[in-house]
Amino acid sequence: MLTMDKSEDVIVPPADAAPAAVLPVAAERIAPDTVGDVTARNAVICVRGGNVHYGDTHALINVSLDIGRNEVIALIGPSGCGKSTFLRCLNRMNDTIESARVSGDFRLDGQDMYAKGTDVVMLRARVGMVFQKPNPFPKSIYENVAYGARIHGLAANRAELDDIVYGSLERAGLVDEVKDRLDDPGTGLSGGQQQRLCIARTIAVNPEVILMDEPCSALDPIATARIEDLIDELSAKYAIAIVTHSMQQAARVSTRTAYFHLGRIMEVGPTDRIFTNPSHKLTEDYVTGRFG
Amino acid sequence: MRLPTLLLILVAIVLAAFFLGRQRALSLARPAGGIRSLHSLPKYYGYYAALGAVLPGIALLLMWAAFSESLITARVVQSLPEALRNQPDAELGLTLNDIRNLAAGQMFDESRRAEFAVAADLYNSLRESSRRILSGLVVALSFSGFALAWFQLRPQFRARNRVEGAVKVALILASLLAIATTIGILLSVSFEAVRFFRQVPLSEFLFGLNWSPQTAIRAGQVGSSGTFGAVPLFVGTLLISGIALLVAVPIGLMIAIYLSEYARPALRRIVKPVLEVLAGIPTVVYGYFAALTVAPMIRLAGQQLGLEVASEAALGAGLVMGIMIIPFVSSLSDDAINAVPQAMRDGSFALGATRSETIKRVVVPAALPGIVGGVLLAASRAIGETMIVVMAAGLSANLSFNPLQSVTTVTVQIVTLLVGDQEFDSPKTLAAFALGLMLFIVTLLLNIIALQVVRRYREQYE
Repeated sequence: MLTMDKSEDVIVPPADAAPAAVLPVAAERIAPDTVGDVTARNAVICVRGGNVHYGDTHALINVSLDIGRNEVIALIGPSGCGKSTFLRCLNRMNDTIESARVSGDFRLDGQDMYAKGTDVVMLRARVGMVFQKPNPFPKSIYENVAYGARIHGLAANRAELDDIVYGSLERAGLVDEVKDRLDDPGTGLSGGQQQRLCIARTIAVNPEVILMDEPCSALDPIATARIEDLIDELSAKYAIAIVTHSMQQAARVSTRTAYFHLGRIMEVGPTDRIFTNPSHKLTEDYVTGRFG
Repeated sequence: MRLPTLLLILVAIVLAAFFLGRQRALSLARPAGGIRSLHSLPKYYGYYAALGAVLPGIALLLMWAAFSESLITARVVQSLPEALRNQPDAELGLTLNDIRNLAAGQMFDESRRAEFAVAADLYNSLRESSRRILSGLVVALSFSGFALAWFQLRPQFRARNRVEGAVKVALILASLLAIATTIGILLSVSFEAVRFFRQVPLSEFLFGLNWSPQTAIRAGQVGSSGTFGAVPLFVGTLLISGIALLVAVPIGLMIAIYLSEYARPALRRIVKPVLEVLAGIPTVVYGYFAALTVAPMIRLAGQQLGLEVASEAALGAGLVMGIMIIPFVSSLSDDAINAVPQAMRDGSFALGATRSETIKRVVVPAALPGIVGGVLLAASRAIGETMIVVMAAGLSANLSFNPLQSVTTVTVQIVTLLVGDQEFDSPKTLAAFALGLMLFIVTLLLNIIALQVVRRYREQYE
């Protein structure tokens, strides 16, 4: 079954048109607003018809998208297009915003995230998040990474906790820089180190999905390059959804890209195709820098 | 010319100087190509001219206020007959007082009126001429200061920098004023305290366990030698403040956490000001609430438990004082908690922390300096509080840590020592100043220690 694009002249490659394992429905039925295939093989997160209202503002309109295991999906689009809102739905961070109302079908491993009785705490342990501005806790480097493990009781004793902390710092590529000063405050690190500390903190809880909300927007090019390398390495183990304003970054780190516009997903597809041969006029305008 | 008239004239001169200075700047600018050719905006030239007019006059006025009275007095003393002039200082002071009263027309003792008439007349005429000279000088100085400033004005004159310099000096003076006042208070208390310690040894005051400040008024009076051991007072203060803080800190902190983390903003907007009203209730009102309502309740409860409760127990005063200082803790802690960036909470939530884990492990530690600040303010209010203790905890200086007994505090004793007739050479009166000094030092030490603790344990964000 092939996804039908609305613009007739584009032929979607078959790899892009793999059927969704969970919901074997024609793509135009599940995502009428979207060009391209919203489904992913081996999806860990499935969103169908997601809507978000902030008070009277309809911030996210009827959005459907899958996130597959071991894939890095980039969410791009102009400011205020709803990509961060979408990201925050995936670990229910919108719950902390009073006026936000979320509706639609959001599934993690087939389970409804917004079902009554869902434990938000467990959900967020499985779907970690890295924020736009590095926000290490005002605690020591060690305590920053140990925080999640402590609150979830992942370590039975100090040795296990040490293992988790060192392992996470290692995977975040930070261990060589900080191993001699684990007791120094995390806020004393440089911006790029702080962001990698936040990533270490997130993977210490061993999530399945990592959401990144413009993780490099506050960083210099060298720190950005390190984070991008890190995303590459992490994708072997985690599903990663990254919101970014940098087209180059999306092209460098992601395998799939979703283009958001005014609360809707306009187009989804493999990153190289989105950037070289977009189907939707708005996508083309955006990736060629005509607006945004 | 009287002082208010003089001030009015000064104001008029200053206003005129401002407008003339600005006008001058504008007329200087016109031939040179408009306002852009000036170094500063025209109004700064006006301010500069006004400052030139006002500052010399003000300086002279201040000097006159500081020195004129003593100069006049010296002249009057010189004119007095030999016998009066050679009196001891204290009696000379009284004589001068009489002269001043007579000069002001408030002397009703006919017999002395004649004696001082000459001196009083001299006093009045000296004051009158000094005032006249002052007025003339001030006006003249203002005009010449203005003229000086006026002739300095050039298109390239850096008027803005000068004016801003003057403003900066004014700001520095304002902050010095607060510091100078503190030092002044400290000095005035210290001098009397030193006099006290000449009569009562420091070791007795600091380590003595008995407080009984009644001294013999006439020679040979029995049983009233006066002992000045301040330990019971400080223990009492500690006990009552401790009880108050035990009430206020947990309740205040819980209120702050509820208001900033759980309550809806609308509720917070209502509850917070209402809570702050608690701090605005006069302490006398708290005092009779403590004495008439809380104390009997405690006594009744104690009786039912088989405990012996003094009718003026420290517990009652401490509890009510605790209620009184809740807003200091809750309001300041609430502000501190609110100032913790939302990003900290988001980071914690995103790791799967619950709200209570986030509050306990992230928010409160980050807000600690502000919270401790609130507690410190509450503690100093508790230590300095007098009225509630007077009314509810009594005056007897028992050395006891039992909250069911009657104790007294430092501030209460200061009040009782200074109420009524006093003689400033008896240790009884001077003891008040020694206590005040000690209280000052103790609160200062508490503040320093608390600041150190905060600096050590604070978790600094940003």
